[in-house]
Amino acid sequence: MTGTLLFVVLPYVCLAIFVLGHVWRYRYDKFGWTTRSSQLYERRLLRIGSPMFHFGILLVALGHVGGLLIPESWTEAVGISEGAYHAVAFSLGTVAGICTLGGAAILIYRRRTVGPVFSATTVNDKIMYVLLIGVIVLGLGTTVLGNVTGHPHDYRLTVSPWFRSIFYFQPDRTLIEAAPIGFRLHVIAAWILFAFWPFSRLVHVFSAPLGYLTRPYIVYRSRDRQLGSRPVKPGWERVP
Amino acid sequence: MRVMAQMAMVMNLDKCIGCHTCSVTCKQAWTNRSGVEYVWFNNVETRPGQGYPRRYEDQEKWKGGWTLNRRGRLALKGGGRIKKLFSIFSNPKMPAIADYYEPWTYDYENLTNAPLQEHTPVARPKSLLTGEDMKISWSANWDDNLGGSPDHGDKDVLLKGIADKVKFEFEQTFMFYLPRICEHCLNPSCAASCPSGAIYKRAEDGIVLVDQDRCRGWRMCVSGCPYKKIYFNHRTGKAEKCTFCFPRIEVGIPTVCSETCVGRLRYIGLMLYDADRVLDAASTEDEHGLYEAQRDVFLDPSDPAVIAAAEQAGIPRDWIEAAQRSPVYALINRFKVALPLHPEYRTMPMVWYIPPLSPVVDVVRDTGYDAEDKGNLFAAIEALRIPIDYLAQLFTAGDPAPVDLVLRRLAAMRSYMRDINLGRDPDESIPAAVGLTGQEMYDMYRLLALAKYDERYVIPPAHAEQAHSLEELATECSLDYDGGPGMGGSGPFGEQSGSPMPIAVENFHMLVDRQTSDTMVDSGNKELRVNLLNWDGKGRPEGLFPPRDERR
Repeated sequence: MTGTLLFVVLPYVCLAIFVLGHVWRYRYDKFGWTTRSSQLYERRLLRIGSPMFHFGILLVALGHVGGLLIPESWTEAVGISEGAYHAVAFSLGTVAGICTLGGAAILIYRRRTVGPVFSATTVNDKIMYVLLIGVIVLGLGTTVLGNVTGHPHDYRLTVSPWFRSIFYFQPDRTLIEAAPIGFRLHVIAAWILFAFWPFSRLVHVFSAPLGYLTRPYIVYRSRDRQLGSRPVKPGWERVP
Repeated sequence: MRVMAQMAMVMNLDKCIGCHTCSVTCKQAWTNRSGVEYVWFNNVETRPGQGYPRRYEDQEKWKGGWTLNRRGRLALKGGGRIKKLFSIFSNPKMPAIADYYEPWTYDYENLTNAPLQEHTPVARPKSLLTGEDMKISWSANWDDNLGGSPDHGDKDVLLKGIADKVKFEFEQTFMFYLPRICEHCLNPSCAASCPSGAIYKRAEDGIVLVDQDRCRGWRMCVSGCPYKKIYFNHRTGKAEKCTFCFPRIEVGIPTVCSETCVGRLRYIGLMLYDADRVLDAASTEDEHGLYEAQRDVFLDPSDPAVIAAAEQAGIPRDWIEAAQRSPVYALINRFKVALPLHPEYRTMPMVWYIPPLSPVVDVVRDTGYDAEDKGNLFAAIEALRIPIDYLAQLFTAGDPAPVDLVLRRLAAMRSYMRDINLGRDPDESIPAAVGLTGQEMYDMYRLLALAKYDERYVIPPAHAEQAHSLEELATECSLDYDGGPGMGGSGPFGEQSGSPMPIAVENFHMLVDRQTSDTMVDSGNKELRVNLLNWDGKGRPEGLFPPRDERR
């Protein structure tokens, strides 16, 4: 029962909130959709902490895409043994994880000690920090502990198939229940983070400005499309 | 030829008395909100001085604007697209709040709440960022009127080459004021730096704006603008900038800074330019050639070929006529007395300046000679190399020749007009000496000295067929938006999240009506009914107060 709740119901509820929440937020709150950078207040610590954290977590995210979405059978088929895969994933993952956590530590220290940054911190930010750091610590801890004890768990046989099963609507909770407690806690925390995501500043992830690479430098826009901040009312659109 | 129209401004620095009225009214209109306490879309700097933010002109440090790369092609000085994306998590060139100043208020409550004590209670300065006590050590005009310049006057970026020659001793110094707004450049490097593509140039009038709904707070525009006229709102996390008061411009009235200028030194008008030639002009190899190159981009609005091309480009007829009457065009291209601010940044700025003759005149007058005699003035222009070199650093990338010509023209105008004012025969050799005819010189005098409101501001309104959706024309209910009138406040995701409010509730047409009518407000007329935002305190219009109770 609890298993169904945690590993079937929770993922779907959180995913629904994640998707619909973003749609709703984008429609309702384009103006609030920002990184809310605090660089103006303080830049010395940010200069070290922020790139460390962000590049670290980008690597971590990339690792998760590889680990969760690519089945073990595929990598075996191209001749990468589980041992080799695990060694690479573990070493890269740990480096990225430590980078992320180190960066986050600097950023949180900065947030607490630099006056203007601290007073610009909202409750929403604090919840986000707890969830995000919780997920990172659980993930990194599980990886490191599993390897230190000498019995690394092959999550690509348990967590990954379960994760994919959610997306083709045949959720199989028995798979994840076979994984050690650390993995289970990590995924539960992650789902909760995803549910909170659209309501936090984390939405800025989805505005990564990749279009900048291809667009012309100077953007011209006609005044006519929408004047001022008021949207054009139905029936008042310009006739082309 | 691709004709585009640009709303542009010229400021006559000789008339600036440094009263900061433009800054204050601009701040009241646009940046009196939280998050932009430190922001002055319009600021007035005393030159020589460090400016605001401090030493913003040091592009070796801030890397704003454009530069020519090794192949001679135009490139962002702060680095190209890839470099921008990789430094997105922490912009290495962004000024910190200390480079502007830490905004503050005073603890006024203490003046009334303090207990009885021996000493008078004081209102302590409190930081608007942290709420803590603070020591005020800098502001947007800390070095106003050369205040403190013996200590830090040498930090002016432009004095690099001539610092040892400029004296900050009171008796020997020269100074003038430089009001600055966003330049609304033809080749804006802020827009080019914006990863989100939120900064755009309006195709109709060239005003550069930030789309607040698309800005994601990456901060690249702040460092990309060499004039440091894009500011980061630290509460909303979005970039903000001077809007050229577009809601006012759209209905044909000048910007707030121009409207309230005490010295009436600002001119607003249209410039037609060839958009296809902008890139070439901005890539001019010799920095000294940039001023001329930009002037070449401008099109003569009286040229039939230009008119035909402009009509083909969809520029309305009345806009072309406005361009022909444009005081800005006259000052830049006919009389050639206006110069661009820092053309070497290669952004093709569109707020130009008439350099001040007064440092020269002051010196001549102080030495007891006739300061309206052209011989004396010309000789002084010849002799006073330091002010002229300084002005050249500001306006022509260091080339003294154009500054020299402008000052000679202004000096010639003084002598020429004195003869006329004294009833003598005008000396036609004076305008001829600076390459003008007597009539041109007189026209220039009219524009610089006498021009009335409608000659200084030639602003064609946006078009009536589009009028229903202009920001300031409330043909839709002006209170028809989330939260209703005056409902600022915060959404659940931080400062002012949710749908944005219209920029101002005030209907500027009402303001125009009031300015041009000579009767008191008639409350029966809905168009003119009381609006406290523009009630000027005259009379006691009906409807302002509830009716008195007759029974008493």
